[in-house]
Amino acid sequence: MNACPVCGGGVNLPINAVLSELLDCGECSSELEVISLEPVRFAEAPLEAEDWGE
Amino acid sequence: MIRASIVGASGYAGGELLRLLLAHPEIELAQVTSERLAGKSVGRAHPNLRGVTSLQFSSLESLEPCDVLFLCLPHGEAVERFEQFSSLAERIIDSSADFRLQSASLYAKYYGKEHPRPQELGEFVYGIPEIHRDKIRDARRVACGGCNATASILGLYPLYRENLVELDRTVIEVKVGSSEAGRRATSTSHHPERSGSVRAFAPTGHRHTAEIVQSLENGVPIEVHLTVTSVEMVRGAVATSHVFLNRDMSERDLWGVFRAAYRDEPFIRLIKERQGSYRYPDPKLLAGTNFCDVGFERDRDSSRVVVISAIDNLMKGSAGQAVQCMNLMLGLDETTGLSFPGLHPL
Repeated sequence: MNACPVCGGGVNLPINAVLSELLDCGECSSELEVISLEPVRFAEAPLEAEDWGE
Repeated sequence: MIRASIVGASGYAGGELLRLLLAHPEIELAQVTSERLAGKSVGRAHPNLRGVTSLQFSSLESLEPCDVLFLCLPHGEAVERFEQFSSLAERIIDSSADFRLQSASLYAKYYGKEHPRPQELGEFVYGIPEIHRDKIRDARRVACGGCNATASILGLYPLYRENLVELDRTVIEVKVGSSEAGRRATSTSHHPERSGSVRAFAPTGHRHTAEIVQSLENGVPIEVHLTVTSVEMVRGAVATSHVFLNRDMSERDLWGVFRAAYRDEPFIRLIKERQGSYRYPDPKLLAGTNFCDVGFERDRDSSRVVVISAIDNLMKGSAGQAVQCMNLMLGLDETTGLSFPGLHPL
């Protein structure tokens, strides 16, 4: 079990996961990118920018 | 089967209780009262229940003993008839504001009059299970929280519980739907006046402020500033609360605080996402459910944290909360009869 970089919740790395694979945190629903396999590290996946009238 | 009755069942909250209790596997609905509609079928007031039940409204005078009595009367009426009600049922769950406050002086301050039965105030447990679960289990009298108060309290409780915020700087803006105003039509609820309106009907001094203070303060006085605005929806309340941290905390730290408070709560969901149409709690998705969705964001440039908490005012803010409390009082699974997950799209 590894920690989500956003909320600190536990995230399981799927068997046979590969670098750059995307997965969701089960607690905060953040989309995470696998940026390292040994050791396992995640980063928030990049998002498309949106302009809500800002 | 457990026999339950509802006093004042022709209003919106009473109608929701009817809907929930008719489908509850452990409950036999004995009587439902309405003075105006006594002798008429329940479907007359609640068309969604036509064909679901053959129950007719009774008058208060014909009310018989039962196991659990729900009171859905306008504020001030439950306390006036309390002797009658307390003689009819061992367990009473009141949805009005009559017994929510533990302090007679706080009641007088916010309701503008002395409480008629101050000796009864301490007999009632405030009905938010996430805070008072053990007391509710043992209670014979429960006073359900107000809808705006419930949304606000559930949003802020984790931060106050851990003493993480400045105690004199809490500002809450609650946006509410028209069903909060009750069933009776007035000139202000007339469609041409109400439709499209964003109406600040209580910029200060809303009575639910007292419940919020009572629930959040922990031996030290706090200041809570509440504003309530009605917006263009029928059901729902969303509280946007602004608090200021008294220490440095990251968003991840805050996740830990909220998760610790609500991890095992069946009706609290932490909603905070970076993408999609519903990134933060939105009452639209909660119609008919007993959920309270809670989200938050820490301001990058200050110590401010914005907490967003949403409910269906007629469910978690009233009837659903009442049934959740009843389940606890009767030793039933807390979620019985409350599993509806909502609709999408709606």
